[in-house]
Amino acid sequence: MNRSEIIKNYSDIVVTKFSSKMWSTFLVLGIIVYLIIAILSLDILQIHKKWSPERASLFALDTYAYKDHVTMKWSEPDDIIISFEGSRWSQYVGPYQKSDGLPERYPEWTSIGPEGETKISFKNGGFANLYDDKVTIENWPDTKETLVFRLDAQGKPYVENVDNLPKWIRVTENKIEVRPSLYERVQVYSKKVEVHRYNLGWNYFWFDFDSPLEPYGIWNAISLSFSGDRVDPNISNFSLLIQEFLNNDMWHHGQILWALLETIFMALLGTLLAALLGFPLAFFAAYNVTPFKFVRTILRRLFDTLRGIDFLIWSLIFLRAFGPGPFTGIFAIAITDTGTLGKLMSEAIENTEEKQQEGVESTGANKTLQHRFGIIPQILPIFISQTLYYLESNTRGAVIIGAMGAGGIGLQLLGAINTGTSWENVMYMSLLILGVVIFMDTMSAKVRRALIGDETLGAELQLAKMAKK
Amino acid sequence: MQSSLPENLIKIENNLKSLTRTRSIYSFLSIAALIAVIYSGLIVAETGNATSIWVGLPKFFDYPVDLFVGSWEYGYRWNLLLLEYLPDLISTINMALFSTAMGTLLAFFLSIFSSRNLIKSKTTVFIFRRIMDICRSFPELVIALVLLYLLGKSALPAVIAIIIHTAGALGKLFSEAIENVDKNPIEGLESCGASWFTRIRFGVVTQALPLFLTYTILRFEINIRASTILGFVGAGGIGEQLYTNIQWKYEADTIAIMFLLVSTIIALDYLSSYWRKSLIGLKS
Repeated sequence: MNRSEIIKNYSDIVVTKFSSKMWSTFLVLGIIVYLIIAILSLDILQIHKKWSPERASLFALDTYAYKDHVTMKWSEPDDIIISFEGSRWSQYVGPYQKSDGLPERYPEWTSIGPEGETKISFKNGGFANLYDDKVTIENWPDTKETLVFRLDAQGKPYVENVDNLPKWIRVTENKIEVRPSLYERVQVYSKKVEVHRYNLGWNYFWFDFDSPLEPYGIWNAISLSFSGDRVDPNISNFSLLIQEFLNNDMWHHGQILWALLETIFMALLGTLLAALLGFPLAFFAAYNVTPFKFVRTILRRLFDTLRGIDFLIWSLIFLRAFGPGPFTGIFAIAITDTGTLGKLMSEAIENTEEKQQEGVESTGANKTLQHRFGIIPQILPIFISQTLYYLESNTRGAVIIGAMGAGGIGLQLLGAINTGTSWENVMYMSLLILGVVIFMDTMSAKVRRALIGDETLGAELQLAKMAKK
Repeated sequence: MQSSLPENLIKIENNLKSLTRTRSIYSFLSIAALIAVIYSGLIVAETGNATSIWVGLPKFFDYPVDLFVGSWEYGYRWNLLLLEYLPDLISTINMALFSTAMGTLLAFFLSIFSSRNLIKSKTTVFIFRRIMDICRSFPELVIALVLLYLLGKSALPAVIAIIIHTAGALGKLFSEAIENVDKNPIEGLESCGASWFTRIRFGVVTQALPLFLTYTILRFEINIRASTILGFVGAGGIGEQLYTNIQWKYEADTIAIMFLLVSTIIALDYLSSYWRKSLIGLKS
């Protein structure tokens, strides 16, 4: 057979109609036009204007590193303040420390030089020296000479004795900024000098700055908790450990873990309540169980309404009634998912095989027993897998409801982001959320596989398979 | 009576009885555990909540009643409010549609590289699956909040957040669909000397397309809700309007927006279930 014969004999297969060709062309054209409109209307092309890599890398740095501040005022060069993250409440050396009668804790990277200057050593091998009337930096990368910064007669900072400055020194009218890499920074203002020294890690994660256990570190503190000598004579070492960890003023472990628990409970209880409500109601909405059309129609419409009013709006309504707290989340999830589970389950019940129910009927069983042994065993796997599926997505949903005002980890996260400075806390909470979500994911997948076996099939596909039967 | 039965039947009978006993113990235990979880959870909730459940429950209808009374007082011009907020609704739908499209595209590529029947290298599959897991596990809100802080208030952060989440969530479903396709067409193509791309185009995509579309439509519905919520935190669109009007206690406007939202969601729900049914029907 040659080409023309094939076309003649199988014209309905081989030859594509002109109209259907045009249809697909128009579809593709339509999609392209839409994408152009969307890109223009959503300002996608403006992204490079808004995105500043410098700012983003600073925030990113803050998520995995901490910084120590050294501040010297030109008016009081003897009272140098050394603090953690520049906070008043966590000074190694400074007025707060003195006024509380605490000993000054000079960090090991500071020392006093031959002329009484304060020497700060950096990771790059360089030093910054704070004198009474000048600041010098020595031994920094790609500069052999020592750079000297002073104030001129008008009180403006300037650089002495250098013609070609390295690129990482920016001199403006009121400020000199030295930043060779992200990890060290010297700023000279007309009023003060500020030195930032970055270190990797989450400092004071286990115990906060003022904690009696802080000098020990976590491992020593744990081994201390099994020994007899009390750090604080009033309380056993183990309770001190727990108490100091949970009441950490910088990381708020107690508060955050409690919030996380609240969020988990919101998802868990919401889904459980929805399952408990939706499962029985589904039977009343299925035509092969409930003969009354009236009841079925009412229930169907109820499911649609519960589901259609989004959980966003439900949570707003509950927020007014219960105020911020887990109840809002629990009920918003429970109500929405009652609708969803009820609808899905009633469809599943209607799609069950009649023969099993007939078999049970033939033994003389009454209606209740027929449903118990004829229908429930058929829909139980779908019910469980759907419930687990919703539990999974509700864990994410609970975080979102939390941020809208229901409390829990979502609200904590929103707070931490809005302060704009505690990016390490944002990272910490994000990792906690990620951990919980992944945990829920794997657990529900495991349970599903154990109960049903065919885990690779998505929930939607399972329903479709069932409908085909 | 029992003694008259043959021995093996008695054995079966006893076995059945003991099985029934174990089973009822198990179900009793699981019900007890369930009740314990619910009870303890309600206690946790009661301590964490600003208002106790017994105070809050009777107040449940206060807010809906307020809303309806407020909009009743607003009068017949209420209908015009629907028109007023329509552009915001469209911009929210636009956000959802664009990010679903982009997310689906990404998900498609991710899913090909994380399907065991298409990629021989186990490391590649492992890496791509973990990428999808991470994209999927972060709630959109977390990514959106961070990006909103970095990029300022606009629709862009929300779009990026939804794209990331969609890519992860759909990628997993897509790769499951790909791994479940019939092997024979792929092998047939391979035996004709078809390249890897041709095998994917004619062996995999043709089989999995109905499922892909089904999942995408479902995702679009979810993403409309997501972009509304992200509007609350500053991404614009109807979510932001809803938030503002709730803050200002403009009952009529609030109800109008809620009405728009709910009717969109319900319409989309019906439309998507109709599409899905016809697509799955096509497949069989």
